[in-house]
Amino acid sequence: MNHAVSHNSSVEVPVWRLGIWWFLASEIVVFGGLVVCYILYRFNHPEWGMEAGRTLLWVGSVNTVVLLTSSLTMILAHYSIVEKGDLALGRRYLGVTILLGLLFLCFKGYEYSHEIHAGLVPSRSLFWGFYYLMTGLHGLHVIGGLVANGVILGGLSQGRTPHRIESIGLYWHFVDVVWIFLFPLLYLASQGGAS
Amino acid sequence: MALVGGYLAYLFRHQLAWPNEPVPGFGQVGPDQYNMFVTMHGTIMVFWVAMPILLSGFGNFLLPLMIGARDMAFPRLNRLSYWTFFLSTVVLIVSFFVPGGAFAGGWTIYPPLSAEPGYTGVVWGGNLWILAVALEFVSMLMGGINFMTTTLSLRAKGMALFRMPIFVWMINVASILFMFSVGPLIAGAFMLLADRTLQVGFFLPAAGGDPLLFQHLFWFFGHPEVYVLLLPALGIIAEILPVFSRKPLFGYRPIIYSTLIAGVLSFVVWAHHQFISGIDPRLAMPFSITTILISVPFAFSLFAYIATLWKGSISFSTAMLFALGMIAEFLLGGVTGIVNGSTAADIYVHDTYFVVAHFHYTLFPVTFLATFAGIYYWYPKLFGRFLSEFWGKVHFTLTLIGFNLAFLPLFSVGIAGHHRRIFDPSAFEFLHRIQHLHVLATVGLIILLTGQIPFILNFFLSLRRGRLAEANPWQANTLEWIAPSPPGHRNFETDPVVVRGPYEYSVPGAAKDWLSQGEAS
Repeated sequence: MNHAVSHNSSVEVPVWRLGIWWFLASEIVVFGGLVVCYILYRFNHPEWGMEAGRTLLWVGSVNTVVLLTSSLTMILAHYSIVEKGDLALGRRYLGVTILLGLLFLCFKGYEYSHEIHAGLVPSRSLFWGFYYLMTGLHGLHVIGGLVANGVILGGLSQGRTPHRIESIGLYWHFVDVVWIFLFPLLYLASQGGAS
Repeated sequence: MALVGGYLAYLFRHQLAWPNEPVPGFGQVGPDQYNMFVTMHGTIMVFWVAMPILLSGFGNFLLPLMIGARDMAFPRLNRLSYWTFFLSTVVLIVSFFVPGGAFAGGWTIYPPLSAEPGYTGVVWGGNLWILAVALEFVSMLMGGINFMTTTLSLRAKGMALFRMPIFVWMINVASILFMFSVGPLIAGAFMLLADRTLQVGFFLPAAGGDPLLFQHLFWFFGHPEVYVLLLPALGIIAEILPVFSRKPLFGYRPIIYSTLIAGVLSFVVWAHHQFISGIDPRLAMPFSITTILISVPFAFSLFAYIATLWKGSISFSTAMLFALGMIAEFLLGGVTGIVNGSTAADIYVHDTYFVVAHFHYTLFPVTFLATFAGIYYWYPKLFGRFLSEFWGKVHFTLTLIGFNLAFLPLFSVGIAGHHRRIFDPSAFEFLHRIQHLHVLATVGLIILLTGQIPFILNFFLSLRRGRLAEANPWQANTLEWIAPSPPGHRNFETDPVVVRGPYEYSVPGAAKDWLSQGEAS
């Protein structure tokens, strides 16, 4: 197949980069729709602040650090491979990214089980419905990103095209940015309640 | 799937014309089944017929050919998109056979009817409905990404943006509209699924939820969706009219600009579906204004199409007949839309058969007449053979008579005050005197469905027996006619070079009345 080979020079951007940006644009609208719904409800339900106070703020904070760090190692992986041409170092950084992603999921899983034991289940109130839906959808994206990372890590050792590391990097940062929105909306915007 | 959708229509139209009599070939239709058939008819026709044929079908075949590309930008993504769509179809069909049957709460899946399985008695049918539609949207998103990337990066040498055929423009604008409108509905579908399975109550007032929010999410997608379907259809028509009137398309650039304007406007008209849902009048008024405003760019496009015919040497091939039929019938749909667009009039006709008639006068020409026009026009390119023109004209006549007979009476039925979700009209005294109109409409539907038999036979028999077609049988300009019929694996034998615009017919001083857009390099 003639992928990535354009026989026309009118657009300088390679097809895979265009494709991934279009894909991210469509993802933004999905998460955007959810976030806007949440905000609209939140205006009418000031009591959700109490509920938000019952989330595990320390786990959320640690997870924010974990995810942001994983974006850093993703950048370093891309930098080592594309700029410095050091494949071995790049693979190590990508491996760290995957480990950090797994760590994020472990914390998230701990949080879920803690909350479900405390009776904070989706049907408790709309806040918890949004909480599970938004973090759950985000978690699914993290899992998807981890799988893709794994595939690319496997492909790198066989010398597959390094542009895939940039594609997955863009996606990984996007997942990160979504969390940047979810964290203040669900954890920080609370009243009273201690974590 | 179109046949399934048509058969469902036959089942419930029979019930409406002759209430509580067994349908020949099926048996008695009960009220629950009636609701299920109406719901699934709408679902199938919009999501499994109109969208895949107009966008994916025509788009995947024609878009690479028209811009002179060898293939789509991501062939593997394309296959993934196709199989995702196939899977979604399987899920939808399976939903008919689970306990409780398929979803029966209307194709717009409004909560609270859809948010609480107990209300309709349909548990799994509803969940599978959401799953099937979600899969279908994912498949369409992949297709849209592919269309836009292909158009931006794989055009042949010399194919400037303003040399692209209108159809290519339309597919791209439609893809963008789809991409930016469907996201919130996907979010809404997740919320609805959570309501159904986890008892959250996002859309249930008892749990503090808001059913109106879902209507906003649905129509924020649902209205641009109308244009997602309309634009490829208008694109097909724009390709056919110049060829069969041997004239340049009137107003090539203005049509593109007006399409872009309509695309922007289409995001701010959605609440006209909700004029009686308890919307604030201060909000209804602006939506009324934008709704009437959006008819301007489309009216402009249709006038430009009609102006293309002016003083042309028109030949009434079957493709041309369907194209002209599409314009005529769609005008009726558009004009009656003004009635629904103004709040005051809409409050009276909302949820009556008037809306049903209006809706079908817009979407039937778009989905079927334009598709048929496209099939008769591009069949020689697809299979290297012609369809029979005689049987094509029989098909056209029966389709047009059947369609108008089926839906014209429904305007009157609606103005007489007939609500559209009534299972048994004989139960209401004031509807008795318009019962004959229901009979007329159902007879029309039967003619319409029978009229498709010549088409189906023609389509399959012509694969073997049709007259052989050369590469450019209609003497058309656009690039797909340079490729052999049918096009080979890489579409073109050599990459074409584009030297002029797509619609240069009857250029003064030229040796022949058409000048192909491209030359083999």
